[in-house]
Amino acid sequence: MNSETLIKIENIILQRGGSTVLDIREFQVQQGRILALIGPNGAGKSTLLLMLAGLLKPRQGKLYFQGRPVENRADLAILRRNAAVVFQEPLLLNSSVFENVALGLKFRRLKNEEIRKSVQSALDYFGISQLAKRSAKTLSGGEAKRVSLARAFAIKPQIILLDEAFNSLDPPSRETIIDDLKRILEETKITAVLASHDREETLRLAQDVSVMNSGKIVQSGKTAEIFNQPDSEFVANFVGTESILEGTVKSSNVGLMQITVAGKSIEAVGDFLPGQNVYCCLRPENVTVSNYTHGKMSARNIFEAKVSKIVRQGFFYKLTLDCGFPLVAYITIPSYEDLGIAKGGTVIASFKATAVHVIRREK
Amino acid sequence: MELIVQGIIKAFQLIISFDPEVLGITWLSLKISGTATFISLFIGISLGTAVALTNFYGKRLVISLINTGMGLPPVVVGLFVTIMIWRNGPLGFLEILYTPYAMIIAQAIIATPIVMGISLAAIQNLSPNLRLQILSLGASRLQMVWVLIKEARLPLLAAVMAGFGGVISEVGASIMVGGNIKGYSRVLTTATVMETGKGNFDIAIALSIILLLLAFLVNLILTQIQQRQHPR
Amino acid sequence: MKMFRSSKVIITLLTVALLFAFGTANVFAGKAVPKQKNIILATTTSTQDTGLLDVLIPIFEKQTGYFVKTIAVGSGQAMAMGQKGEADVLLVHSPEAEKKFVADSFGVNRQLVMHNDFVIVGPAADPAKIKGIKNAAESFKKIAAAEALFLSRGDNSGTHSQEKKLWKTSGINPEGQKWYQQTGLGMGQTLNVAAEKKGYTLADRGTYLAMKKNLNLNILVEGDAALLNIYHVMEVNIAKWPKVNAAGAKAFADFMVASKTQSIIKTFGVDKYGSALFFPDAGKKVEDLGK
Repeated sequence: MNSETLIKIENIILQRGGSTVLDIREFQVQQGRILALIGPNGAGKSTLLLMLAGLLKPRQGKLYFQGRPVENRADLAILRRNAAVVFQEPLLLNSSVFENVALGLKFRRLKNEEIRKSVQSALDYFGISQLAKRSAKTLSGGEAKRVSLARAFAIKPQIILLDEAFNSLDPPSRETIIDDLKRILEETKITAVLASHDREETLRLAQDVSVMNSGKIVQSGKTAEIFNQPDSEFVANFVGTESILEGTVKSSNVGLMQITVAGKSIEAVGDFLPGQNVYCCLRPENVTVSNYTHGKMSARNIFEAKVSKIVRQGFFYKLTLDCGFPLVAYITIPSYEDLGIAKGGTVIASFKATAVHVIRREK
Repeated sequence: MELIVQGIIKAFQLIISFDPEVLGITWLSLKISGTATFISLFIGISLGTAVALTNFYGKRLVISLINTGMGLPPVVVGLFVTIMIWRNGPLGFLEILYTPYAMIIAQAIIATPIVMGISLAAIQNLSPNLRLQILSLGASRLQMVWVLIKEARLPLLAAVMAGFGGVISEVGASIMVGGNIKGYSRVLTTATVMETGKGNFDIAIALSIILLLLAFLVNLILTQIQQRQHPR
Repeated sequence: MKMFRSSKVIITLLTVALLFAFGTANVFAGKAVPKQKNIILATTTSTQDTGLLDVLIPIFEKQTGYFVKTIAVGSGQAMAMGQKGEADVLLVHSPEAEKKFVADSFGVNRQLVMHNDFVIVGPAADPAKIKGIKNAAESFKKIAAAEALFLSRGDNSGTHSQEKKLWKTSGINPEGQKWYQQTGLGMGQTLNVAAEKKGYTLADRGTYLAMKKNLNLNILVEGDAALLNIYHVMEVNIAKWPKVNAAGAKAFADFMVASKTQSIIKTFGVDKYGSALFFPDAGKKVEDLGK
């Protein structure tokens, strides 16, 4: 599906206080898709986000919204009106939840009846209709976050921008809110860009990922691509060293799941339901490499693999293996020498079911 | 102690009997200080908010000046206003020396830095992203400022009360630019000084009590607005 | 909703503001309105504190349609205002300074209005033992000798000038002595301080009588010709300061020496204090005063 480019950036350089905050040659946000901006602190994610939201005017370079250039304040205002931002803090006003969610609609001077309808549906989307009359200052963290999300959706924006929006939530709230958000984005087909630190969040929500460092975009691509094929050491270090495998749960029994990955079956702990799409994340240090199969091992995942790449990293070797799906393993130098591993050779890769970290994945 | 009791009794008598002169003085105090506070409210909150939200070269210096202005001695203000508006001053042609208008001007000059300084701090205290959040929801500059002001309602009303308190109790500048003229520019504070000077302590105390009551009533109303909570 | 309620507050405030604007306009509801309506009368605290002006001014205003701004500051400051053209007419009681004021062409048409007298008051205990002395300067000598506490107004007022004159006559220079304290305040307040500290002071009889009930001071020396307190009215010279309201000043001066006004002055204070506070003298010669 070839979606249209909603926002395009060309040759943007932004300086602030003597240092370069943004230096982007080319960047695009595709309509209807969810993009994650990841990178370390100070990489420029928030700044880029503000620019995409029409809150920051680029002094150098070009910004296009829906194919049209954004040149003057009027254009910027148009972009701003079609975008909605959600920050890390809920930033609610000291009034009722209804009033808060209605804020953007009030600015647009809509009729009261229209406002009521839009607010009601936004509240319903996030499951907080019962909070409508509550004072915003009395909400819990999760509730407040839902209100700020509802507020952003109520104005029916073309693009929604989330700046570390889930950082301050406790894990259970985070889990449910992210699920709800994902569902709503899929239903409404609203374009989303989220700045994030959190890999799980990124994996769960994003279809596309752009990695930033020092104001530059160092790699862009689909989520799995970025995580499995980082093209620089920086990106690799940032996204982490896990192997991330796309799979589907085939069956599940007493806390042990069989997951189909690239035609093979991986066993992992957890209790997702059959049919659930998942990511299987596996750290390289948990993959054991050997020359022959042992008798019975506790490791339930044993695969024959071809060695496709060998890289020496300090005190160990990093092996990229092909089991039908890619797998990364670390082995010590003595083990490497003992096993006599060579590129193109065959080894046995094994890992425990408990070492596989399973995350829900929506297609 | 007996004097204070006498004063309280006198105050009671004056209020109950609706003594016209005292009523007139009280009403004039309220009018003059009320108008001055009103003026300082508009100028102070708008300028204070503008300084808080804008970044410009020398902002720190300007803020220090405003903060200094909060402690401006009223008597100094009175002196300067007098020199400006007396016959031979640059604004002498206005002929407003020894009028209530001059008192309003002097009191507004005293109250405005107070309201400005506190408003400035109140707006600066709001979350820096709040501004961006409101803009991103589609607010115009003006709409954004209005929302911020409403959000900072608590400290802003404190600013107004501080401004009002500063001028309803002011006496030095009021005497200098107003002249304490009977029935015209005589207010509770200036009358109190005069009656004390004449030795009429009971009347002076009575006027002081009425002044305190007046200030309390006004602040009661403002506090109601300030503390108004939205339904849980 | 919320917007509606806050607009109600705004409307209320605006209405009140408008009321202010219109309310103050009422002050100038016209009678026969003369062209330059305001007269700035600079006078002493004694004429105000005794309440004499509170009686006379309304009568004058009703008669002529002028609006008199009475600024009660003390003869010294009053004449300073006249010198700067910041007052139109003066009603003061500091003869030496007044004569200089006229000689320097700041004032014109100096007219005698009334007099009362000064009295030397002090605590009943009278540590300097001046009670009954006929010569005022003599009693000052005794106060200095006893180093008894003396409160001076120290503000260049008419009273202060008279006091300085007496010290000069007595040959004593009280400046800097620790029993001589200068308050810088008006007559009423200085009397309060004297009463509080049980000291002596020179006061005009009018103010003393008006405040007597709250003080604990007695009249100890009176009647000396040197204690006469003479009030003149002077118009500020328009030739020096063109912005002066000369017509208004003249009208006020004429009023003060008019026979009807003089009758009012004659009886002022009698019902309240048992004796008149001022003695009308318009038309007389200064030398003839003092009965």
